[in-house]
Amino acid sequence: MSARERILNRVRAVTADKNGDDPARRIAEPPRLIRPDLGDDLVQRFGEKLTLGGGSLARVQDLQQAVVEIELFIRDAELALSLRAAPALKGLPWGDALEVSFGPSAGDDLVSVTPAFCAIAETGSVVLLSGEHSPTTLNFLPDVHIVVVESNQLVRHFEDAWIKLRESGEIPRTVNIITGPSKTADVEQTLQIGAHGPRKLHVIWIDR
Amino acid sequence: MQPQSHRFKQNVSVALQDVQLQKALERVQEGFVDKRAAVVSTLPEFEQLREQGKAIRNHVLDNLDFYLQRFESQVQARGGQVHWAENAQQARDIVRDICKRVGAKMVIKGKSMISEEIALNDALEADGLDVVESDLGEYILQLAQEPPSHIIAPAIHKTKAQISELFYHAHQKLGYTRKLDTVPDLVNEAREVLRSRYLEADVGITGANFLVAETGSNIIVTNEGNGDLSCTLPRVHIVTASIDKVVPTLDDASALLRLLARSATGQEITSYTTFSSGPKRAGDPDGPDEYHVVLLDNGRTEMLAGAFRDMLRCIRCGACMNHCPVYGVIGGHSYGWVYPGPMGSVLTPNFLGLDEAGDLANACTMNGHCASVCPVKIPLPDLLREHRRRQFERKLQPRFARFALAAWATIVRRPRHYQPLMSMGIRILNRLGRGKGRFKSLPMLGAWTQTRDLPAPQTQTFQSLWKKQRGDER
Repeated sequence: MSARERILNRVRAVTADKNGDDPARRIAEPPRLIRPDLGDDLVQRFGEKLTLGGGSLARVQDLQQAVVEIELFIRDAELALSLRAAPALKGLPWGDALEVSFGPSAGDDLVSVTPAFCAIAETGSVVLLSGEHSPTTLNFLPDVHIVVVESNQLVRHFEDAWIKLRESGEIPRTVNIITGPSKTADVEQTLQIGAHGPRKLHVIWIDR
Repeated sequence: MQPQSHRFKQNVSVALQDVQLQKALERVQEGFVDKRAAVVSTLPEFEQLREQGKAIRNHVLDNLDFYLQRFESQVQARGGQVHWAENAQQARDIVRDICKRVGAKMVIKGKSMISEEIALNDALEADGLDVVESDLGEYILQLAQEPPSHIIAPAIHKTKAQISELFYHAHQKLGYTRKLDTVPDLVNEAREVLRSRYLEADVGITGANFLVAETGSNIIVTNEGNGDLSCTLPRVHIVTASIDKVVPTLDDASALLRLLARSATGQEITSYTTFSSGPKRAGDPDGPDEYHVVLLDNGRTEMLAGAFRDMLRCIRCGACMNHCPVYGVIGGHSYGWVYPGPMGSVLTPNFLGLDEAGDLANACTMNGHCASVCPVKIPLPDLLREHRRRQFERKLQPRFARFALAAWATIVRRPRHYQPLMSMGIRILNRLGRGKGRFKSLPMLGAWTQTRDLPAPQTQTFQSLWKKQRGDER
């Protein structure tokens, strides 16, 4: 008998007496669980929670303004006007001021720009999916991570993000829920931004 | 690591004298307890969420076979592999074999308590692998060659000066020759040193905060982004997790995540919550080529069958130790193995036996603070009492302690004898201690009076005072 069978047999021996919810049904139709009350202004809440986690937010009206805001943010951070973007963002009106390349990061990019799958009002998080046009390395290796979100991508709770994800089909290799820059308190419980991942997380919010 | 839980009493004596440790432990209150209280106070649904968390975890344990198999089939459907390990040895061998097969030279690690439980680093290093911990706390401890002293903040016992010293010695050969004295400098240096290691590593090993049966995903939560890099950059990703980590759906995971960060660090959510499901897909520009999950039993099915089943609800937040007055003065190393505090005092005797670790449960003061903050309502004091009961049953305590307990049990169960004996004893102690109002030493209680005085009791028992006061009111 394999380790697998021995472990499962021991489990079965003490879980034979099933009561309560049917597990297969729970997976097929996840029951509605308690969701914290969020109030009415979801966009405001998103911004507040994002800021609480150490991120920042800029609201713009269209893609053109989004590119301008990206440039401004990089200038403010006193970095070269060069960035690595997710191939999914090839359609942005990039212009000439920024030096833009597309693809995953090998570790030497200072700024990345990525799209999001959705934004969660509950926690001020952005949800990013890995895929052919959205490399995961862009979310962690650069010093500055800029995420472009459109207002119609906002959902209330985590669970709403999962509904969207299930509708979109197959779960990708990586789902990143990101809420703020990289930080640590491992030295004397003192909060320090920029442990291993980005030192800055900036969300560009396009009102639609 | 070689368990040192049988040396608990000696460990405690050393810890109480350790000035640096005592200084470090003072930070637990502000860093964890106050922050948790603040964040919980802003979420009116928190108590309901605890009740729900308990129900979800109980439901999983009732259907563990179903959810484990579902998890396995989902991992396989996405091109990953699941390996089952009954004990630490099997788990180590599985990981070692994978590393050998892929010709790994370097392993980067995210934080994993299971990895500590199975002493994985030693085994991999014995095979000639270069193993690097990437969580800053774990990295500090790897340099110091020490085990973690807290499950969330592994290096909480280390001071800035000690860390500076460790970095100074370890990083000199890499060209870092300055002794650092600020937190930002220390964090930056670790960031620079570790960055190249991520990119070099062949295998990334992470733990799992949860395993999702619905999708075959493992979830890790981090603030540093270290685990996330560890599971993204190397060509092989191995997850070390115990069988109790599985949850039914993404929704259930979310419900527990709402409890986890608040209970652990007083955050509403950590910077990164990462779901990994299988290896990279066709067309993916990054991610690992291989994805493995090692499912470890190591005594958990035995716990599932017995009196300690409730303990398997644990989501490893560390709130119990943060709120434990015993942990607060003795620190994590005193417990002598991987898991400290109240949860460790319940788990360790289950994994290592009462002979090795029974004393851990005896240190509890039964103040109940741990149970009152546990996000999944584990009755920790009851479980600790069960360890004591078993020690008594198996005659593991010293004869005098057993005799005293038996005598106490006999008398306390007979109120008609207990009350007059108590009031007599109190009157005697009151008379003896009348001069100073306290005792500096008492026969047979030397260990207790060595470090404190016993106040002399009042003239009457609580019960007789109560009777009298009620009589007055009537």
